[in-house]
Amino acid sequence: MIKRFFSLIFVVLLALVFLPLVTEIKPLSELGMTSAKYAEDGAAELGAANLVTSVVVTYRGLDTLGEVTVLFITTAGIGFMLRRKTILPEKKRRASEILKSGTSFLLPLIILFGVYIFVHGHLTPGGGFQGGVVIASAIVLLMLSDINMHPDHNILNWLESLSGAFYVIMGILGLILAGGFLDNRFLPLGEFGKIFSAGAIPVIYSLIGLKVGAELVGILNKLGREDK
Amino acid sequence: MILTIIIVLGILMLAAAFMALYLKDLLSAIIASGAISLMASVIYIILAAPDVAMTEAAIGSGLTTIVFLYALHLVRKKQEDKHD
Amino acid sequence: MTIITILGFLLIIIGLWGMLTRKHLFRIILGFSIIDTGIHLVIVSLGYIKGRTAPIFDADLSPIDAINRIVDPIPSALVLTAIVIGLAVTALMLVYVIQMHRHKGSLEISDYEELKW
Repeated sequence: MIKRFFSLIFVVLLALVFLPLVTEIKPLSELGMTSAKYAEDGAAELGAANLVTSVVVTYRGLDTLGEVTVLFITTAGIGFMLRRKTILPEKKRRASEILKSGTSFLLPLIILFGVYIFVHGHLTPGGGFQGGVVIASAIVLLMLSDINMHPDHNILNWLESLSGAFYVIMGILGLILAGGFLDNRFLPLGEFGKIFSAGAIPVIYSLIGLKVGAELVGILNKLGREDK
Repeated sequence: MILTIIIVLGILMLAAAFMALYLKDLLSAIIASGAISLMASVIYIILAAPDVAMTEAAIGSGLTTIVFLYALHLVRKKQEDKHD
Repeated sequence: MTIITILGFLLIIIGLWGMLTRKHLFRIILGFSIIDTGIHLVIVSLGYIKGRTAPIFDADLSPIDAINRIVDPIPSALVLTAIVIGLAVTALMLVYVIQMHRHKGSLEISDYEELKW
């Protein structure tokens, strides 16, 4: 009981810390300096219609690289902790006929939708992360409907490593051919608002999408396969 | 109008948060925590951040729930094995 | 929008309260994911400017007058990456819980007394 009392005091104190933040911060009325620069020059400089994408992929591209690295380390940690020496064959309930037919009908559509999302990341809302997650959810559907189906570990590893390596190579190409690391302007910028535009942004975002998708499928695969 | 939507969503989110912490059935609690993310993604649309809304809807309410359910399944299976 | 900032802070407080008082390990992780959502709401709501639109250029929004018509894109970009990392961290914590359960067979935090004082 006394512990609960201390927790209550702690939470109340935290609420008191938040109170001035709520009462004294004025709502933003115009963009800050950095955002104003992105808003002014972003479209002309990088040629991407979606400003969030140009911030994620180019202006703050190094952060995204770090984030993908964190994701990779987490996947490695999960694989390390869930390793098993023997995988016993087990009896599982088979999926129903409805789930199977539904999966075979929906699977290509979901994957197509995922690819659409990350290819159009520079034009519309969405991008590599969202598209990768949509593809991962398609694979989860496949794993649910067919209990013996498990994504090939080697293919996943190669896909993940290759897309990560190409991501870094793209960054270095930007460093050599254009202004700096992960600069997208070593490919032609193209016509504003078309799919082949914005230089290397679609390529980089597709690579991020593949990498995120492969990593998430890897996590779910390890969690799902962990038998006995 | 928009203020009303935000208030209703906010009350629902707070209720779902309490449900996630206090519902007896763990499965319902996990679903409630997924519902929080789903309502948060509607609020992101109101805040003019469609990218974040898509990510939250796909990851926060979709994949996080699936990961929780897989983990719950593993733990339950182990408990059943022990009772045998 | 101040009301959404308040909502985010309330979610953070509820999640923290749950993490401190609930005993089940899964509930603690659920509390963590509630805190996560609350923090994202706070960050995005601080970048909102009243009456403006999303930072995506099209026929209606030309790059010339964008500076007076779009919301701040940087909080969106930050939260975008934070959500993905949140999923990865949650999955890692869950796997850790599974591992703890495998060693001791219990999901109650009060059964783990090795570091108690």
